[in-house]
Amino acid sequence: MNAPLKLSYFAWVRERIGLPDEALTPPADVTNVAELIAWLSGRGEEYAYAFERPGVIRAAIDRKHVKHDAPIAGAREIAFFPPMTGG
Amino acid sequence: MDGGGARGAVPINVRIQREDFDAAAEVAALTQGRADVGAVVAFTGLCRDEAGALAALELEHYPGMAEDEIARVAQEAAARWPILGATAIHRYGKIAPGGNIVLVVATSPHRRAAFEAAEFMMDYLKTRAPFWKKEHRRDGTTGEWVEAKDADDSAAQRWT
Repeated sequence: MNAPLKLSYFAWVRERIGLPDEALTPPADVTNVAELIAWLSGRGEEYAYAFERPGVIRAAIDRKHVKHDAPIAGAREIAFFPPMTGG
Repeated sequence: MDGGGARGAVPINVRIQREDFDAAAEVAALTQGRADVGAVVAFTGLCRDEAGALAALELEHYPGMAEDEIARVAQEAAARWPILGATAIHRYGKIAPGGNIVLVVATSPHRRAAFEAAEFMMDYLKTRAPFWKKEHRRDGTTGEWVEAKDADDSAAQRWT
């Protein structure tokens, strides 16, 4: 059983989902970032739209960049966002 | 803050702020009162008007992570080049054409390290710091989120 996670969304991921952040408890078989994206995509049209191209989505666990195969066990906060355009 | 490397800590200043910055004051802060600085390189990135079409850029950021990532980039620069100090400031919020967006400053005894460390910090910051730009256009429409450029990824990769 996973603990409740804070999920944060930025830029067009945030706009498509319609929320800046939320607390969710993914099912136990969701063990890494890619599985979390797949699970979120099934939560509704807005999530499916936000994650329609999973390959472009960047993720951070507890404010550090991670790849999609990163395990989510022990994570407190996971953020999803598009490629960065600062500078 | 730990500057990394075996040479001991160098001053690294990272700020994420809505308000404007003064590049000259930041340069002075890294050079005043010391005689070992032989080179200072300051880069300022500004909002351009895209041939008159752009009214403003709105910069969104991930609070906490933005500071952490830019600090990591500055510390890596300090570990790779013999710099004497580094400052990185990135603004967020709405910025009109002509306004400042980002500043990086690097000081070192000789010019090459200062040039390279400043350029490295900018290249890495662009691909790693969690900021996103949205366009507000002069015709009143909210434009698109700015797309990440492959050229920025290649610019960062040449340092690896």
